[in-house]
Amino acid sequence: MSTPRFDAVAVGDALPELTLPPVDRTTLALFAGASGDHNPIHIDLDFARRAGMPDVFAHGMLGMAWLGRLLTGWAPQSQLRRFQARFQGITQLGNAIRCRGRVVEKLEVNGERCVRIELQSANQFGQTKIVGEALVALP
Amino acid sequence: MIDRKWIGHEVGASVLPIERGRLKFFARAIGETDPVYTDVSAAREAGYADLPAPPTFLFAAELDSGALFALLDRLGVPLGKVLHGEQRFEYLAPVVAGDTVTVSSRVADLYDKKNGALEFIEIESQAVNQHGTPVARLRSVTVVRH
Repeated sequence: MSTPRFDAVAVGDALPELTLPPVDRTTLALFAGASGDHNPIHIDLDFARRAGMPDVFAHGMLGMAWLGRLLTGWAPQSQLRRFQARFQGITQLGNAIRCRGRVVEKLEVNGERCVRIELQSANQFGQTKIVGEALVALP
Repeated sequence: MIDRKWIGHEVGASVLPIERGRLKFFARAIGETDPVYTDVSAAREAGYADLPAPPTFLFAAELDSGALFALLDRLGVPLGKVLHGEQRFEYLAPVVAGDTVTVSSRVADLYDKKNGALEFIEIESQAVNQHGTPVARLRSVTVVRH
């Protein structure tokens, strides 16, 4: 992968979008194992119902990992300096998440030329699930 | 209500060995197709010493060790009541397969909103590798629904 050049990137530029297949129970079981998050609320329907939820739902960190894929698909991970997410809505089974990012600022941080990227993920109905931000250093 | 005496409470260190097999499993679970995350030669070609741990992977440290769930238990918070509110990573050095990362945390703040209907647990963590080099700082906000 080639790293975008600082001079070639402009405020307003969009990162290539990432669209995920609809969330299913298998995705959640695999992510529970891989991430170490065994909270049964994400994988055990009986537990979820006892906790007052209609069904199991996706781990917030799965949505953040997808935004991470959006970032590292654009610039190598070694350039990533900061990455933050605010979880705004529960991602339900069947939700097909679309991840988007946009350059909102070019700045210098600790002597490095960086871009600040605004991140958002939403389901197929346009409901926002995560808003976030990343700082990426560019050569 | 969570007792505010827990503000400043230190969570014991969690040691996470970064293993190739686990990273490949993680990559598959998030649908990652970039070979940098699954193929050691692609990773080396891209300049990494081994498979890199993806940006959010270090969150696994305190889940694997059970430290996070033990903390919630100590605070009297049932698992079925929590949601992840916010997560932040600051990256200080690369983490690749073969490294061993130790994560230590403290309860940075506890507060509530909506007359106590929602409580917030703010946790700050430091991650260092086997050489004692800081590799990341993490900050998480967990929401408790009452």
